[in-house]
Amino acid sequence: MLKKFQKRRENTKNNECGRGMLVFENTTQVIRAESLLKKQGMEIKVMGPPSYIRTGCDLVIEFPLIQELAILRLLKDSNTVPMQTVPVSSELLEPVDLLHEKRYGKYLMIRAANMKITVDTETRMIVNVSGGGCPDVPYLAGELVGKRLDEAPEPRDIGHTLCAYALQLALDRVVTLC
Amino acid sequence: MRLCTAAGIGSGSDVMLGIVGTVPKEDFPMTCGRVESKGDHLLIKGRQVEINRGTPSMIAAAVETLKYMNQSAPYCYLVGDVGDGKGCEKLYRHLIDTLDQTSFNTISFHYFQPDVHRFRDMMKSIDKIKKRPTLIADAGFMYVAKMAGLAPSFDLFTPDAGELAYLADEKAPHPFYTRGFILHEENLVPDLIRRAYEHGNAAVNLLVKGEKDHIANQKGILSVVEEPSEENLEPIGGTGDTLTGIVSGLIASGMDLLSACIVAAKTNRIAGAYARPTPASQIHQIIKYIPRALEELIDQ
Repeated sequence: MLKKFQKRRENTKNNECGRGMLVFENTTQVIRAESLLKKQGMEIKVMGPPSYIRTGCDLVIEFPLIQELAILRLLKDSNTVPMQTVPVSSELLEPVDLLHEKRYGKYLMIRAANMKITVDTETRMIVNVSGGGCPDVPYLAGELVGKRLDEAPEPRDIGHTLCAYALQLALDRVVTLC
Repeated sequence: MRLCTAAGIGSGSDVMLGIVGTVPKEDFPMTCGRVESKGDHLLIKGRQVEINRGTPSMIAAAVETLKYMNQSAPYCYLVGDVGDGKGCEKLYRHLIDTLDQTSFNTISFHYFQPDVHRFRDMMKSIDKIKKRPTLIADAGFMYVAKMAGLAPSFDLFTPDAGELAYLADEKAPHPFYTRGFILHEENLVPDLIRRAYEHGNAAVNLLVKGEKDHIANQKGILSVVEEPSEENLEPIGGTGDTLTGIVSGLIASGMDLLSACIVAAKTNRIAGAYARPTPASQIHQIIKYIPRALEELIDQ
């Protein structure tokens, strides 16, 4: 209850300060900036852009405007400069948060949106990746399948698209369950 | 060596099926041509492509189907892209410039970087084709068709359950943003299909792959295929791609769309059952059974 209250208070505080969004040239840069800013403890969130700036496979980073200068400085230092920084004036889209689990004996399949990953729970080996529609999915599948969870690369590090991001969510869930 | 030309592909030739998609290799150049399958590889313009999920699996299934139906191999437009969209950008440009000069009876669009502006330009080129081909989309091309508001321009989409939820969510620009109340497992496929049509986000026909395969149009469910039931197929990467490949091959061979969807769904299931798969099986183990499955359904 107390945590809920604190969270609401934080949200209210952020809303009072206003929210902005960082718009990048491509999803690869968004994913890179997200990792960087989260490592620095910034209160950011990856979201879907409003329709007027949407071109296809898009993500933006939502952040409290009050932290704009610090965030831009960090991004500039790491050569990941956004194309635009604009205040959020309309509702941004939330990434998918409902994941499905299915067990096939010793195998566990997790689906996040359009992406599925299947792991042998005894060996912790990734045995299949399926779904998706962006061109990095077959590439990511090639990089992940046949590797154990502790040796497989993270889709967020080698992928570029929202499908890669969805696969990361599925992988994160698998890791917590295996 | 020029690997793609602007010549009128299909005109005066016997090539019925065009396929557009990607190969998961950064250094694979834009390549256009007829495709043959050789064991676990495809051959296009002297280049080898490994058959292992994605567009190569879809093509391999189409090649097997067309061969069985005594038709020419498909003409494919391929480019290497690992997700940064650079390869797709080149191929979009080529398609915009040349698709209007083609005369395929069917074109299937597959894994690709969604880019609304370039996609719309490509559709304008298709609009100029003298005799409009049957248009099929899966994967990235299905996503961008919805994003661009042009889903009804397609004759067939082949979504799975997660992708159907995306089509049903009028606010989601990508499956990644599908809202939880729509993704919820309690939502039945018929409800999601109805919702997708209500908002104009479905192709004229849908072949929804899943535990049961549903074939539908705006009027509702036309057919449900559920046998043979092989639960282990769902986790295997590429089983949706082979379904799209088979249905594309059947439609290009002249089969009517509804029959092609039913036969394709059954073929994919029978080929899967012959392979006796586990969740760790790989797609090439299933593709080799497609001719046997087609024989069982069509000849007998």
